[in-house]
Amino acid sequence: MKEANAKAYWAANIKLIMGYLVVWFVVSYGCGILLVDVLNNIHFFGFKLGFWFAQQGAIYFFLALIIMYARSMNKLDERFDVHEQ
Amino acid sequence: MDVQLLTYLFVGASFALYIGIAVWSRAGSTKEFYVAGGGVHPIANGAATAADWMSAASFISMAGIIAYSGYDASVYLMGWTGGYVLLAMLLAPYLRKFGKFTVPDFVGDRYYSSVARTVAVVCVIFISFTYVAGQMRGTGIVFARFLEVDVNVGVMIGMAIVFFYAVLGGMKGVTYTQVAQYCVLIFAFLVPAVFLSIMMTGHVLPQTGFGGTLVDAQGNDTGVYLLHKLDQVVTDLGFREYTEGSKSTIDVFFITAALMCGTAGLPHVIVRFFTVPTVRDARISAGWALFFIALLYTTAPAVGAFARVNLIETVNETAYEELPGWFYNWENTGLIGWVDKNGDGIIQMRGGDPFVGKPSYEARQPVREHAESMASVC
Repeated sequence: MKEANAKAYWAANIKLIMGYLVVWFVVSYGCGILLVDVLNNIHFFGFKLGFWFAQQGAIYFFLALIIMYARSMNKLDERFDVHEQ
Repeated sequence: MDVQLLTYLFVGASFALYIGIAVWSRAGSTKEFYVAGGGVHPIANGAATAADWMSAASFISMAGIIAYSGYDASVYLMGWTGGYVLLAMLLAPYLRKFGKFTVPDFVGDRYYSSVARTVAVVCVIFISFTYVAGQMRGTGIVFARFLEVDVNVGVMIGMAIVFFYAVLGGMKGVTYTQVAQYCVLIFAFLVPAVFLSIMMTGHVLPQTGFGGTLVDAQGNDTGVYLLHKLDQVVTDLGFREYTEGSKSTIDVFFITAALMCGTAGLPHVIVRFFTVPTVRDARISAGWALFFIALLYTTAPAVGAFARVNLIETVNETAYEELPGWFYNWENTGLIGWVDKNGDGIIQMRGGDPFVGKPSYEARQPVREHAESMASVC
């Protein structure tokens, strides 16, 4: 792989991961911890929303993140032709 | 058939299965021993990772600690699963791409230094040793309960069994044993959770039952939300609200962060990513692993809430002699205790500081003192 191509691949890689980690932070530390008291005023089915994020929601978001990460990274590898045969 | 016999039957059958798998899949080469030949299917690897990652703590004690501390226990739920996300995004794929078997290999080659490599080896041994100590304690408790032996003897028996199949099968044997373990583990965890959910809320899924309304004994909807009722009942008894925390935000934040970092560094989970054929498969298997983990991790808080309601309804304001059998078993194994402080022979469960010392339960004639506080520790 050429130097420029490698750099572009790495930049795209970092950008992708940063995006996912922002969501990761917002759903766990944000909704589940820092904003929990505010969100607890909102009712979500039988839950207080903040409590739901801390004990259920964050985990669902994590799962969605990992799946999206696997898909987009595998696509990225193919686009830059660095995937294993 | 009595419960004891059934327990022996089920546990005996699971162990026969694990050892059978170990014999069937025993390692034939070094690569098979360390990374299962690198040819494990992503779904199988995901299940094995999940079983490896969720062990004594998640299976035996987590629902109990959630039942006991409510929102405060969210640090474990978010910390351990969130740490897994870090591991799967920031560490595992790169180590996998690097192509060696272990983290010390990576550190040694990356920094061109055998000193760095040695430091990494020491760290890994330290982490593994601490981790295994906790796991073995869990194993010991299970065997102590199952064979009615001392915890230390239980640890020895557990070690002998694990040693047998790990040495024989290496990573290959352990991987397939873990897949079987995951199936046993999730089945054992979900069946009671689903039935508890149906009994208490009429929902089949514990995850929705958790936020559902309670049903009465005839199955009619009472229109009262489970969590709302739980908050009310526990505050009436002088505990703090179930859905509110007692720790400061900064404590919760950093405990979660510490648990996440610790989880991201678990050596036995990282090595799992070497057992699949390609980096692509490593990422897919990370997704499957978190799916398998999430099944248990979203059920556990529901079980915690159901158990708390159930415990209070069963035990509070009940005469000691009329309690169900599990209460006496738990007393004997030290899981629950009460002191009859007002001498009426009826258990009053109230919030407050736990009492000191171990109450005596000889011949089911306890010291009749009032239960000022009742600590149920699972």
